[in-house]
Parts: sequence; structure tokens; C-alpha cells
Amino acid sequence: MRDPVRCDFDVVDTRDVSRHFGRRRALARTSLTFRAGEITGLFGPNGAGKSTLLGVLSTLMRPTAGTVHYGGATAQDLGDPLRRRIGVLGHDLFLYGDLSARENLEFFGKLYGLDRLPERIAGALTSSRLADRANDRVSGFSRGLRQRLALERALLHDPRLVLLDEPFTGLDDESAALLIARLRGLKDSGAIVLMATHDFESADGLVDRMICLRQGRVREVTPGGATLRDHYRRTMAEAWA
Amino acid sequence: MSVIRSAWLIARKDLIVEARSRELAYTTLFFSMACVLVFAFAFVVEGRPLDDAAAGILWVAVAFAGTLALSRGFERERQSETLRALLLAPTERAAVYLGKLIGLVVLMIGVEIVLVPVIGLLFGAPVGRAPLLLAALLVTGTLGFAIVGTVFAAMLVRAHSRDVLLPVLLYPITVPVIIAGVRGTAAIFGPEPNFEAATAWLSILVFFDAVFGILALWTFAPVMSE
Amino acid sequence: MRVANRLVPVLLVIAALMYARAPFMVDAAPIESTMGLVQKIFYFHVPSAMMTFLAAFVCGIGSAVYLWRRSKTADAVAVAGAELAVVFGLIVMVTGPLWARKAWGVWWPWGDVRLTMTLVMWMVFVAYLLLRRFGGPGSEILASAVGVFGTALVPFVYVSVNYWRTIHPSTDVVSTLPPEMAWPFRWAIVAFLALFTALLTARIRLETNRVALEEAYVALED
Repeated sequence: MRDPVRCDFDVVDTRDVSRHFGRRRALARTSLTFRAGEITGLFGPNGAGKSTLLGVLSTLMRPTAGTVHYGGATAQDLGDPLRRRIGVLGHDLFLYGDLSARENLEFFGKLYGLDRLPERIAGALTSSRLADRANDRVSGFSRGLRQRLALERALLHDPRLVLLDEPFTGLDDESAALLIARLRGLKDSGAIVLMATHDFESADGLVDRMICLRQGRVREVTPGGATLRDHYRRTMAEAWA
Repeated sequence: MSVIRSAWLIARKDLIVEARSRELAYTTLFFSMACVLVFAFAFVVEGRPLDDAAAGILWVAVAFAGTLALSRGFERERQSETLRALLLAPTERAAVYLGKLIGLVVLMIGVEIVLVPVIGLLFGAPVGRAPLLLAALLVTGTLGFAIVGTVFAAMLVRAHSRDVLLPVLLYPITVPVIIAGVRGTAAIFGPEPNFEAATAWLSILVFFDAVFGILALWTFAPVMSE
Repeated sequence: MRVANRLVPVLLVIAALMYARAPFMVDAAPIESTMGLVQKIFYFHVPSAMMTFLAAFVCGIGSAVYLWRRSKTADAVAVAGAELAVVFGLIVMVTGPLWARKAWGVWWPWGDVRLTMTLVMWMVFVAYLLLRRFGGPGSEILASAVGVFGTALVPFVYVSVNYWRTIHPSTDVVSTLPPEMAWPFRWAIVAFLALFTALLTARIRLETNRVALEEAYVALED
């Protein structure tokens, strides 16, 4: 279940996790399990709790109640090294505009204490097709290019748990195709991928599991049969307990 | 990776970014000059500055400029949520804190290097009288201000009304720094310099830095987790 | 909480009785030689200052526990302490100038560093309350950092008298009080302490109930 030496795990589960902001409840007693080699799609209206769930799983947010377990141990048990196994692509991309693409990757690579850094950076730049813009300042990139770089930054350290918040926003076709290929590659290498998105078309055929959120509550739907969008509409139209 | 190395990596990144845009350097420097000018008109009577005005103006300019640099510096981190990215890294929280602290102190000392001669010029203050002692006062005072300021500015990144709350929180707590700084500097600048008093004030600054430095390192991690 | 329910009225009654007796005791106390009648404000000024510092410590400890353990009760203690620090501090800020004006001719004795530092500390706890009010959700955690830092200032306030020339009577005045002054002084301290404890307990109870109400609202949706 858990490799204590490299702080690795192949299962992440939330047990009765709740998170409030004052009177507003963002997550309500959520219990979910995520396994290696699975891509899970999180769907729901704005404010449903998708970002909150990702925030709690990334260890940045503490649940108001309940616990999150990475291979059976909590974030508190595992300490700082746990974050070495988590990669996050946030809504705001986490890139330094005044640094070049290469410098961004170098900075985070060194911060994470990665070995063979030049090779990793070269690989990242190649798979995101940004090698020719490596020394340009990120502030000059379009949204799509920035997202590609942000994804590489999030994956530079080979994380086990990959959390993506609206990764398809503002992507052109080429970037979206690259992203899908990258995610499939992650799934094959045994990562646990959790993706919040509104882009049903891109997610169709990509996600293994479909979780819908509304006002902090979750409903799992088995994809297949109909399109994801149809599944979603039907689930949202029902009354939830 | 050790805390010091991570902190240095972060500080170096901040300094590189700053060296490229020079936004903070120019604006903070200009702002501190503007402060000095405004206070000069307030405290110069019949062509002569009031007693100890130079010392007071110096430290007020440092405090105001420091607050500006703090709030602008963290606003930059807020824009792409890069502060969150730093907190997501496996480095200890203390390293993130120290990195931001070093960056700020370097910037402020840079501003003070320009500010002090200007004050000497405008007010006829004897800035060269005891340069080491003056420098020690400025460094420990700046450090004290930055120690508290970095914690508050970082934690306010997530809060509402952060622009107005930063000075509201920061100034009362750093009053001992300002008092010790001003009185120590005034003891050096005065017509009859009192180096013993200045050294006594310096020791208060060192004490403040030690106590609040430790406190800041303890509280940074818990206060930054939501 | 049941203990609190019974404790608060008892303490308030004790405090009320003591405050009723106090003016007579203060009147009976001897008049101080240098400052005259106005010195008698010290029987209220100094205990208020003591309560301010006590409240600051309470806030600091509550803040520290909340910051590291996230205990809701600790947060209630912290906010109660901060509010009492502001209230008793206000009494100090009012009685101080009243005393200073009559004794030394100035409304605010800048040479009295201890009073100025107490003002600074008072402002820290006002800032604490402002942060909680205007900082948005999650500002309790941020405020607890302010509470911890603010309490760390207290030793600086205390030590300040030894470093500056001051017109404020030094710390030693308390231990050198003649018995005719010492008794009303101790009486005043106990009265203030009773009031302080009553107010603190009531406020903590109020805050704990408020939090319970919030949780009930949220649980209602389940």
C-alpha cells in the first residue's frame, strides 16, 4: 500500500472529509478512493466544491472534519516529503512571468531537489513542444503555451498524485491533444490522476471514473453508454439525497 | 535539501526577478525619497530641521518603504498563485519564509544605502560620524521590521482588505524597532553624540530580532496552512 | 459550561459589592505627598493596566493553542482575551491622561514610556479585532498569529521603564506602598480580577455558543 522509504503510495482516500468556509459548506462528508492507473474526472457547477476537494488532496487545505490518507497515512504522519509525490496544475498556473520557461523549470526542479535536472528539463520542453521558446519570458506566452509549461512544471518531479484544476481552459486543439496524450501516459505509468473540468468532449474516452459534485456532495457515475455530457445532465437533473 | 539552500534558492529567484524588472527597486526608492521630502516640509522650521528630525525621518521612510516593498512583493506572488506553488514544494515552510525574508532585507538595505546619504545631505546630519554603528542599527532594525512584516504579508495574501490590514497589523508590533532605531540614530546624530546610548539601543534591536525571529519561524508553517 | 453559568453571576455580584465598597476605601486612604488627591486614580488605573496585560496573555495563550492545535475553545479564549485587552486598555488610556493632566500638566505624558508602550499594545489587539472582522473567512488563524506576536511584545513593554528616563513611577512603587495604601490597592485588584474573570467567562461562553450555532447551521443541510 505504501512505500515508506520513497514516501510512495498507490491509493489515496478521503474519509468523511468536510470543509467549511464560515457558514458555506464546500465539501460534505466526502468519502472517496482513488487508485493508481486511474483518471478520475470531477464535474460540477461552479462553486460545487471541485477546487476545494483538489485543495484538500494537495495538502494545502486542511479539512474541517475527516481525514485524507495517502496509502494509509495522513499528511501529518508523512510530513514534508509527501509533497514530493504530489503534482498540482492549479487554475492560476503557478509560473513566474518574469522568468523564462527554462528558468521556471530550473527553479522548481532545484527546489524539489531533482536529479538529472538538465535531462528532465529537456524532456519537458520537448514533450510540450516549447523547446524553441525555452528562453523567452513566460509573460509573453499565450494562455495555451503557459498551460503546457505549467503542466510540465507540475509533472517534472514524477508525482504519484496528479491534481488538475480546469486544465483544458483556453487550450487550442494542438495543446488539448498534447494534454490528453500526456494524461494517458501518466495513467499508463501508474499515476493517480484527478481532473476537475467543464470540457466534456475532451474528457470523454479519457476518464475512467466520473464524479459529479453539487454543493459539496458527490455522486459517482459509471461512464460508458452515453456521452459524459448526457450522464452529467441526467445526474444533475435528479434530486440528490 | 537543507533549509538554508532552499531559502537561498528562493531568495535568489526573487532577486533575479527584481533585477529584471527593477520595479520594486525603483518604486521603493522613489517612494522613500518622496516620504523624506514630505516630512522635510513638515519638520523644517525657519530653514533648520527640528532636533532629531533627521533620525525620525530616516526611520519613518524605512518603515513606509518597507511596507510598500512587502505588499507589492507578495502581490506579485499572488498573481499566479506562485506562493502556493512554493508551499506545495517539499521544502520546509521555514525555507520559504527565510527566502522571502532575505529578498526583502536585501532590497531594503539597497534602498537605505541611497537614503542615508540623501538624509545627510538634506538635513546636514553627520552620517559619517559612526558608520559601523549606524549601519548596525539600520541592519538590525531593517531585519526586525522585515521579520514581522514577512509573516504578516505572507499570511494576508489569502485575506480580504489586505492592503490596509498590513500596515494596521505591522506598525504597532514594530514600534519597538522604530523607537530603538530612531533613538539610537539620534544619539549618533545629536550635537553631543552618545555612543553608549546608541549601543544600548542596538542591543534592544538585537533582542527584538532574536525573539521575533524565533517566533516567526515557529508560527509561519501553521499560519500558512488553511 | 454549567460551571460558567453559575460562576458568572457570582463573580459579578462579588465585583459589584467590592466596587461599591471601593470608593470609601480609596477615600479613607492617605493622600500622597507629591501629587495630592489626583494620585488616587492610581487605584483604578494600575489594576486596569494589570488586567490589560492579563488579557493580553490570555489572548496570546489562546492564540498559540489555536494556531498549533486548531481547538475551537482556544480560539474563543483568544478572541475574548483580545476584546478584554481592548476594553481594559481603554480604561487605562482614559485614566492615564486624566492623571497626567493633573499631576504633570500634559494630557499625554510622552516621557512616560510605559504608557505609550501600553497604547501600542492596545493597538495590536485592536488590530487583532479588525483582522477578524475584515479579513474574510479563515482570518481566525491569521489573527492568532497577531495574538502571539502581540503578547511577545509584553516583555518589551515591561522592560521599557528600565531603559528610559521616565516620569511614570517605576515598577517598584507597588512593593513600597505603605499599608494604608496597600489595602485599598489590593482590594481594587481583587475587584478588577473578579470583574475580569466574569467578563472573560461570559465572553468565552458566548463565542463557543456562536460557533456551535454556526456548526448547527451547516449540519442542517445534511
